[in-house]
Amino acid sequence: MTRSKDSVEEFERALLTIDRARASDILELLNEGMSPIEVVEQTIVPALEWIGDAWESGDVALSQVYMSGRICEELVDTFLPPADEKRKRQPVTAIAALEDHHALGKRIVYSSLRASGYELTDYGHGITADKLVERSVADGIEVLLVSTLMLRSALKVEALAAGLKKAGSGARIIVGGAPFLFDERLWREVGASAMGRDASDAMRLMTELNGAL
Amino acid sequence: MDQPSTTSLERTLTTLGHNEPDRVPLFLFLTMHGAKELGMSLAEYFSRPENVVEGQMRLRARYGHDCVYPLFYAAAEVEAWGGEVLFFDDGPPNAGEPIIRKRSDITSLEPPRVSESPVLQKSLRAIELLKSEVGDEAPVIAAAISPFSLPVMQMGFDSYLDLIYEDRELFWRLMEVNQEFHVEWVNAQLDAGATAIGYFDPVSSGTIIPRELYLETGYEIASRVTERANGPLAIHLASGRCLPIIDDIIASGAAVVGVSALEDIRLLKAACSGRITILGNLNGIEMRRWTHEEAESAVKEAIAGAGQGGGFILADNHGEIPFQVPDEVLFAVSEAARKWGSYPLDWVDEYGV
Ligand code: B12
Repeated sequence: MTRSKDSVEEFERALLTIDRARASDILELLNEGMSPIEVVEQTIVPALEWIGDAWESGDVALSQVYMSGRICEELVDTFLPPADEKRKRQPVTAIAALEDHHALGKRIVYSSLRASGYELTDYGHGITADKLVERSVADGIEVLLVSTLMLRSALKVEALAAGLKKAGSGARIIVGGAPFLFDERLWREVGASAMGRDASDAMRLMTELNGAL
Repeated sequence: MDQPSTTSLERTLTTLGHNEPDRVPLFLFLTMHGAKELGMSLAEYFSRPENVVEGQMRLRARYGHDCVYPLFYAAAEVEAWGGEVLFFDDGPPNAGEPIIRKRSDITSLEPPRVSESPVLQKSLRAIELLKSEVGDEAPVIAAAISPFSLPVMQMGFDSYLDLIYEDRELFWRLMEVNQEFHVEWVNAQLDAGATAIGYFDPVSSGTIIPRELYLETGYEIASRVTERANGPLAIHLASGRCLPIIDDIIASGAAVVGVSALEDIRLLKAACSGRITILGNLNGIEMRRWTHEEAESAVKEAIAGAGQGGGFILADNHGEIPFQVPDEVLFAVSEAARKWGSYPLDWVDEYGV
């Protein structure tokens, strides 16, 4: 247990200083004694959660969150490839940047979830509410992660929620992105099921839903 | 009511000198509301400098705030570099596909000439016209995206962060090219009649990069630009956090800093007092749904936190009030700024912390 706690801290340090080689060495060592899923859940998830939370409180910068997610995603792909059956595919999840051409928030959340062992579909950016409804229904999406950076895009979640309902989809919409951080009430107003303040919230919300659905 | 002897420019200069003017200056950064005023789509509004000038003049006549703001939209700068701009009916235009598609494009990148860019010429014309309208009565606040923040629109945010971490040499090559363009663009705006330039540099904020990296990059660049600009710069982090780097921002030579609603205004005042003027910190996103009372209390809170002794300009925290913010809220903000912003601020002591 202590060994695992130390290694999480060491791993965090490697990520925050963008030391890919060191991060890789730590995981390799851990991989000798644990299953891939254990490595993910006991080292990667806590490290990424800690980093995400530290961004939220202003102690870590976004560039570090982004690079950490990227490094972890790459490393996890080497020992838990996308097609591996141990990857979590439930609930059926997709992510998109709704009516928004700013894709970094989506990229960060996507990488963090993939690094935590999830597989999810990426619907890309600049996609309209109608198109997103269409695709979500066709793919039987249960959880739709929506990232927006512009206020006008955040307000489009309302049409998305209405569209999904009308189409008979029970998909839950989890929103995130700058407008939701600046206005704490916005996510309810536009009819989302939940709001995540950062990528670690996305990871936690997915775990909660995984249990609930 | 108004002391006719104090102009908006005098009020602003007094506060910049860390003295108390007749009242707290209010800058309403309204880039898009002029289109509503003229009954035009945003695309049509931004197609002619005369529209922007008319919009600015009408808005200032209505709200009585202390500046005019000829900024069109940030993506105009990438338009000058040959990029496309996407227009919307209900929000600011955005940059389209990146002009730098692969890193090697940077090697052959040349800065565009301001004189050859139609969109920049339109902006310069708007500045000239506004200057001739307001003369020395009110400041003309122009804006430019910092050479360090521009690449987010030139190449995409993820590719840019990759570049910063993975190829510092090429990064500096991009910075050289961007600085050449930036200095020409800033000085052209000052020549056209801008009083000061909002240097928009949110990538430098603690929200986006750690301080150590900022000192190696954004800080260096801001200091170089400040030296070459023929007028004052206000560093604006576009609602990104500034407390972790406030001493560095001051050292880089800025006279004003735009601060975020997500940071404590009292801590900011303590760090800035007598050293740099605070511009902010009303939350533009929340403003969309503010009641009259909420607007008033936000204004009070900001003035109580940062107004004492001058060195404070009341504004939104981003340098642009969203299109969705209703006129009634803008009225409420202006009204509250006059009501609570008159010096001396003798109500503040009782207002409490
Ligand atoms: C850096 C910045 C800039 C830079 C770069 C912008 C860019 N990305 O292209 C520059 C200077 C170029 C710029 C320009 C503009 N900007 Co700007 N900018 C910012 C700033 C400071 C950070 C934006 C950013 O990219 N952050 C990185 C992303 C990844 O962060 P994030 O969205 O918060 O995502 C995190 C969390 O929210 C969460 N998350 C995100 N998505 C999701 C999804 C789910 C499901 C979950 C759970 C979590 C989650 O995880 C992420 C990582 O922790 C913000 C203000 C701020 N403090 O955030 C304004 C901001 C985004 N800008 C804004 C605006 C309006 C603009 C302009 C349109 C202004 C103009 N009129 O021209 C232009 C547009 C430029 C363009 N692209 O064409 C507004 C947008 C809201 C609005 N008012 O509509 C903001 C929010 C400022 C504000 N307070 O109003 N900007």
